[in-house]
Order: sequence, then structure tokens, then C-alpha cells
Amino acid sequence: MGKDADRPCCPSGKSPEDHQTQDGSVGTGMTRRGFLASLGAGAAVAAAGATLPAEAEQPIMKPEELSRITLRINGRLYPLLVEPRWSLLYVIREKLGLTGTKVGCERGECGACTVIIDGLPHYSCMMLAVEAEDRDITTLEGLMYGEELGPVQQAFLEEDAFQCGYCTPRQIMAVEGLLRSNPEPSMEAIRAGVSGNLCRCGAYHNIFKAASRAAKLKRGEGGTS
Amino acid sequence: MTEEKDELYFMEGFSVPESPAVGEQPQPWKTTHVVGSKLPRVDAYERVSGSAVYPSDVILPNMIYGVVLGCPYPNAKIKSVDISEAQRGQGVYAVIAGSTPRANIDWSYRGQVKSKLFDPHCRYEGDAVAAVAADTPYHAWDAARAIKVEYEILPFVVDQRTALDPKAPKVHEQGNVVGKPEVYQRGDVSEGFAGADVVLEQEYTTMSLLHTPMELHGAVAKWDGDLLTLWESTQGVFAVQWEMAQALKLPLSKVRVIGHYMGGGFGSKLQPGKYTACAAILARMTGRPVKILLTREETYLSTGNRPATIMKLKAGVKKDGTLTALQFTASGESGAYPAGGVSLLDFQIKELYTCPNVKCESTDVYVNAGPARPFRAPGHPPASFALEQMLDALAEAIEMDPLDLRLNNIPTHSQSKEKNPPYTSTDFKRCLEEGAKVFGWKEKRAAAKANEGGHIKRGIGMAGGTWFIGGGRPPSTVILRLYADGSANLNMGASDLGTGTKTIMAMIVSEELGLKPDMIRIDNADTGTTQFAIPSGGSKTVPSDGPATRGAAVHVKQQLLEMVAKDLKVKPEELIIAGGKVRVKDDPDKSVKISNISELNAQGVIVGVGHKKPNPPDRAINPFCAQFCEVMVDTRTGEVAVTRFVSSNDSGRVMNRLTYDNQVYGGITMGIGFAMTEGRVLDRNQTGKLCNRNWHDYKLPTAMDVPADMTSIPVDPHDTEANSIGAKGLGEPVTIPTAAAIANAVHNATGVRVTSTPMSTPQLCELLAEAKKKG
Repeated sequence: MGKDADRPCCPSGKSPEDHQTQDGSVGTGMTRRGFLASLGAGAAVAAAGATLPAEAEQPIMKPEELSRITLRINGRLYPLLVEPRWSLLYVIREKLGLTGTKVGCERGECGACTVIIDGLPHYSCMMLAVEAEDRDITTLEGLMYGEELGPVQQAFLEEDAFQCGYCTPRQIMAVEGLLRSNPEPSMEAIRAGVSGNLCRCGAYHNIFKAASRAAKLKRGEGGTS
Repeated sequence: MTEEKDELYFMEGFSVPESPAVGEQPQPWKTTHVVGSKLPRVDAYERVSGSAVYPSDVILPNMIYGVVLGCPYPNAKIKSVDISEAQRGQGVYAVIAGSTPRANIDWSYRGQVKSKLFDPHCRYEGDAVAAVAADTPYHAWDAARAIKVEYEILPFVVDQRTALDPKAPKVHEQGNVVGKPEVYQRGDVSEGFAGADVVLEQEYTTMSLLHTPMELHGAVAKWDGDLLTLWESTQGVFAVQWEMAQALKLPLSKVRVIGHYMGGGFGSKLQPGKYTACAAILARMTGRPVKILLTREETYLSTGNRPATIMKLKAGVKKDGTLTALQFTASGESGAYPAGGVSLLDFQIKELYTCPNVKCESTDVYVNAGPARPFRAPGHPPASFALEQMLDALAEAIEMDPLDLRLNNIPTHSQSKEKNPPYTSTDFKRCLEEGAKVFGWKEKRAAAKANEGGHIKRGIGMAGGTWFIGGGRPPSTVILRLYADGSANLNMGASDLGTGTKTIMAMIVSEELGLKPDMIRIDNADTGTTQFAIPSGGSKTVPSDGPATRGAAVHVKQQLLEMVAKDLKVKPEELIIAGGKVRVKDDPDKSVKISNISELNAQGVIVGVGHKKPNPPDRAINPFCAQFCEVMVDTRTGEVAVTRFVSSNDSGRVMNRLTYDNQVYGGITMGIGFAMTEGRVLDRNQTGKLCNRNWHDYKLPTAMDVPADMTSIPVDPHDTEANSIGAKGLGEPVTIPTAAAIANAVHNATGVRVTSTPMSTPQLCELLAEAKKKG
């Protein structure tokens, strides 16, 4: 089974093994420290793509130490003090109050937390806030023109492309991301483009229609539906 | 100014329905102008802009975060809990466990079995052991992990077959059967089988399903002195208020529950959770608001499921297609506490098709797993999976089109309800006929026979369904306030789960007053400020709160007409309302704009009150549906692609065609999950723990799994008896026959009968290989 019977019921990916020090006592950051150190050497660089951060050789931090970072979200700069382990999702929602970005699984499965980072849809639960510095982040709120809905949002409204609405922000972000790279997507491209975003109400059928309509609205082919 | 306002607020071109005399029921609508149209939701802006505040979005000043520590074993007694290290943790405000006096409260399951919030005997994995509040969820989890719990690990049983073995570990002392088996009987089945030309018998099994709504279960609790306010992601704020008042021993007036928006429930949010009580207790102890959102994994363990079932069905039919007998023996799993493991499981069997001899026996079983909760149409989709496949097999045996077999056996009255009352309406026959026509059933059946050769096989299948309740039920009270400028405020207790409830209620008011839907503000789902409503579930909301809303609008109109009658010195019955004016029927020149009525201007507001009336006596109210689908099966790999779906529904009147079709597509999508991919797996051998505890291992349908080609065909029987709006509820019936229709299509394509869900690729691959071996 690969399941440990002793594992307490706690957030996925945060089983006690991950947090135990070598002597078996429960620590509050030892592993996270190791995690960050290894990230600095490999994963973060891979995640950041071609832009290798100049300060890749940062000293190892103490667990209780807060990092001073500045996030660029929807064109605004947010100077913040964050714990190194805080996810970008946690900071966006609970610290900045941008609750258009939703929380669904915190392990990269449902897409509820999708934001656009440097032009591409990303799961914000799978990125640490400290990794998101110097990136261009757009949340659902950033698609609005003041109080006016953006074209993708308008299309979702007209086609009734949601029910409970909880996955809707990231479905919109996924369509926005798709249309930025592919302004005239085929049905297959639309299905693939939103397939990383679960909708338990099952509004997919209307999401497909909304994506087609949004493509038209973006091209200036509006008119009533 | 007023003139401009009237144009802005009211619609021109039609008279609103006439108002009944005070105390009389309004007549059914003959024609409608707003109801039935495709109206985008009144709260669509909030939902697509991110401005809707869901309970999980609530952030309050001074708020801290709570987490609940769950038991890692399916059956264990707690020997000791040491919270001392956790209490010293960074950022920690409070830690509670069974020994905390304030947390020593009773926890009841359906009023039948009493236990504790932190019960010393954990009968399922994930049952609450302790809870922590800290400044961040990260610190709260650090502390939760530092709680040292000593368990006495006990033997467990996590599947019903084993649980019914006398040697199995007992979940409760009295044994593993919950109460007494439910038995239903009419006629004599042995006589029925004796009179049949063909008798078939088959066992069907369905796996337990998890609701997994997108918004996590959770609550924010805040105290103002002795007043508790809860923001809870819920389908019923009044149900949460009642249960929390009971658990915390508070007067109802001291518990306010707010749930303006909620991110999906499907039955799993009809009640609060232990997390709700933990949030309230931690908030009380720390003097700060506390937010607890369960993790996704915790929701898999402790917030309900659709019970797994084992169903044996024996059926007899004559060569002419007359059903002679149905015998149904089934069991289902409540989980570790009584939770309706076989609730409504036999309803399809005893109700949907004409059959004089029926016997059903359903046994509810305890297992060491999280208690079940109602899941969209409890009991119905599993039973449909059995019944509708059996009907197909019977049709094949007597060489009859399965559609014709169903058309042969359509009842006009309820066979299973006491005194066999007639239906207020049934268009099941039309559902079958119109669905078949749009789908091209006869043509496709003829073509499918010729479709031989190649490893990709196409197949078609169909199934019917009904849902046990269509009329909603009292009580529901709705208040409509008409302001002096002609705009209005609708006040109702019901939650809008995303089914479009708010929009439908606005449309009803609009229909009655001629007021534009966006001139109606809706306040809902707040026990502090709105009227009592039953939880939104069971497809009861529109048939319950819709008539109440219409009643409130009619009450407003009656007062409006009386005011104008005084002004114009005529009788109220001589007046009609049209285009924002009240005018004399026979004298169009004698009129008053609604915004100019002197008495209304003086008193500022008219308050209309509407109630849900009792359902008509001696009548059965049920929605019906029929679904048709097409699949492509790769007979080498077992992969199935569902390529087309047609659903025809008799749910009474269509209230909003836009949200109606959306419900239909959503129900089919959920049915595809039940049919093809979903199934909770518990490790019955070694640990008793949940094996698929996330969305990777428990797979929901994605955008890639649903057919792009889906058609919704509303069939409206013009029900004038069910209630004053003629609607019978849609959300549940639409997901009932889906899995059965797919199973029948897979059989049509391959000749293989899949009798257990999910009809996954591995299962089908194996069945196809076996079939090939047999030749």
C-alpha cells in the first residue's frame, strides 16, 4: 500500500516523517531548511527557467526567521515579511486578502489556486512565496477593468459557465492563459487548456462554450449571445 | 425623475398575472414572460469577478487559524493525549482535547448514537482527537504534530461483507447491523416469478463515492459576548444553527450562521462538522475569531460519502414485455455511526416501472469508516445501475427493444406510496419518446448491429429514472419588500448552492410584479436576518421556496392594489398591474405609477409574506427522466470514451433555461464519475486506512472526460397540482440514470456486462479478455 498506518491525519505532503529531525523528535523547520537548501541548488532554478537568480548561494536561514520579499501582483508591489515555507497561495489569500484565488487541495491537483505567472497559468499552492519574487503575477482581480468584467469573465457570465462558482476564478485564469498564447483555439485545445482545473459541479460543457465566446470577445467580435 | 425610474425598474409590454383574493392560492401561470427564459444569474458578477465572499474567504480582524488532529487508525481507543509541548509551540493560542473541560461536549449521530466531540473511542480514521489554534495554519500544524497521543489499536472492519460475518470485529457493541433491515413488499414475488417467461438474477455492486466539493468544509467562528457568529460553507444555515446550538447548549437566538455563498456540497454540507464546534470553542477560549478549513485529505475521511452497496436483483418478465416480479436484496454501509447506509436505495425498484409483485430488503451495515452523508439522490444511482441493466438484460432475453420494454411498463400512479396516489403529473413516457427521437435511438440500434469488425466498438445505451420527492415541503417563509421607488428586496433563508436558486426567485418576483430581475436585491442564507428554510438539498429548494416567493409577491400585489383602489376610489379587483403602473381594467387612462402611490410613499415599504403550502393530499409528486448515450470502447485496452449524451427531463416547469441545462450537464458529468472513475478504496487487509486520499488517486471527471455533445430536452407536463409554480426539482433526478445508461451502452458495444462500478479501464480490460477467451 505504501501507506504508513501511524501517519496522523494532517495536510497532504506534510506527514510527520517530513518534519522529524534525525533523532526522531518533531522539529518545526529542520526539514524545511533542508528543503530550501536543496531547492536553492536545483528545483528552484529549474522552476525559474532560464533566469538563474544571482543570489542562488544564499545562506541557510533559521526556521523562525522571516524573509523580506516584494511580490508584484496585478501590477502593484507588495513588500512583505514571510516565512520561507509559506505558499504563494497562502500569502495571496490570507495575507493580501486577494480571495478571488481559491484554495482546493494545496497539492497541485485541482487548480483552484491558478494564477498567471509571467504569462502562464500556474498553481499558486505549488510555489513558495519566496520563489515568486521578481515574477509578474496576475490574479483574477487583475483581469478586471476597474469594476468592469474582462472579456473572459463576461463570456463566463453569459454562457453560465459555472455553478457554485468556487472553481470559476481559475477556470477563467486557465482560459485567459490559453487565449494569450492561442487566440483562436479549437475545441480540442480548449478542452486541453482547462483540463488542469477540476469542476465538481460539472460545468465543463458551458466552460467550453464560454472559452469560444471569450476568444471572439477578445478579438472584438462581440454582440449578444 | 420618477418616470425615468419606472422605465429603469419595470418591464413594458405585458400585464402581470391577476392577484387572487386574500387567502386564496394564485392560479398556475398560463403564459410567462420571465420565468423559463435564459437569464444569466443575478449573482454572476460576484462569482466571476472574485468579489463573492465564500466562508473560506472570510478574513476578520485579529483572526487566527485552527486545525483538527485526526486519529490515524480506523479503530482505536485513546489512552492519553499530551498537549503540553503543543501548547508551548510558536504562535499557539490554544490547544483542546478530550480532557479540556470546555471541549467535553456530546456529539450526536442522527440522535441515535451519542458520543463525544473528542470521543475516547475513535471508530474511524480521521475522527477528531484534538484541535489547535495559532497565528498561522503553519504554526497550528506544527503544534498539532507535537501532540503526543497514545492509542490502543483495535481490530477493524472496513467492508460490509466481512462486517456481516459473525466473527468480524464489532464497530458497536450491539453488532454491525444498523437497526433492523428495511423491508418492503407488495403482491407475491414467487407467484410473479412462476408466471414469468424469463427470470434473471444478478448481483451488482457499487463503490463508495466521495462528494469532494471544491470548497473545503470549514467555518469561521466569532464571539461577541455570548453571541456566536459562524460563517460556514453549508447547504443549510438553519441546520447548522440548530446543531451547534444543541452541541454548545446555546439558545438558537445566540447562534447566527451566515452562508451567503458556498462552493458546492452535493449533500455533504447539510450539517456542521466537528470542525465547526472546534472553531467555536477555540474562538471562545482565545477571544479571537478562529478559522478552520479542513484539509482536502480530512474531507475525504470525515465529511461523508455515498455508501458502497451490494445489490441482488431477481426479475421476471413475460414475452410480451410485462414485468411480473422484482426481488431486491441489498446492503449498504453507514460507516462508523448510523448515517442512512441504505437510505432510499429501493425506491427506483419499487416505484419506476409497473410491477405487481415486489419485495425489497435492505440492510444497513456499520464499518470502521467515516459516516455516510446524503449524496446527490441518495440510494438512487446505485439502484438504477442495477435495475436499468436488468431491464436491458430482460429485453435482450425476450428480444425486445429495451426502450419498448420500458414504454410497456409506465405507471400512472405511485405504486410504493401508501394508498397508491396518482402522480400530480408524469411525462416519463414523453421523456423516453422525445429523448429517443432526438438521440435517433431506433436508427442507431439498427446501425449498431451492422457495426462489426475492428477493435473500436460503438455502442448505445439508455436508462430511465425517478426521484422520490418532487414537491418540496413546508416550512419555508419568504419576505418580499417593495420600496416606494418600486425596487424590491427578497429575503429568504435558502442557500444557493450554485443551482441558480437566487436567480429563479428573482425571476418569480419579476414575473409577478413586472419588475426587472436586477432591481431585486436578495438577502439569503443568514439565520440572523432571513426567514427559516429547510436546507437546500433533495432538489427541494425550488419547489419549496419558489411557491413561498410567489406567495410573498402576490401578498405585495394585494396590498398594492388596495392602496391604489383607495386612491382611485375603485375596488381592488377592478385594477391590473402593467409596466410599472396600476390601472383600472376597463379605463386605461385611470392609472397610478407604482412609484407615485401616496400610501406607499408615506409608509416607505410594502412587506409581503409568503409561505410554502402543504403538498396536495392523496397525490404523489415525482420528477422523471430518461437518458441516452453513445460510447466508443477500445476492446484491446478497455478504454471507454463517452461521446454523446441526451437527457430528457420531466421536472415540471423550466424556471430558467440557462441554469436548467447547466444542471442537466452537471448531473451527467457527476454520473460519468460514478460510472467510470470514482470509488473510495479502504485497505481491508492490513491497515483499514483510506488508500486514495487525494484527487490524483480518486479521480473526478475532467474536461477531457465529458462529451462535448450533450443535449438537454425539458419535457414540461404543465403540472397544475404540485405547487403554485409547477416545478418539481431537477438537481438529483438528472444524475440518477447516467451510470446505468453508460453500462448499457458498453454492453451494447462489447457484449460485456459490467456489474460493478467504477467501470474502469483495468476492470473492462479484464472482462473483455475473459469474454474473448470464452469466445
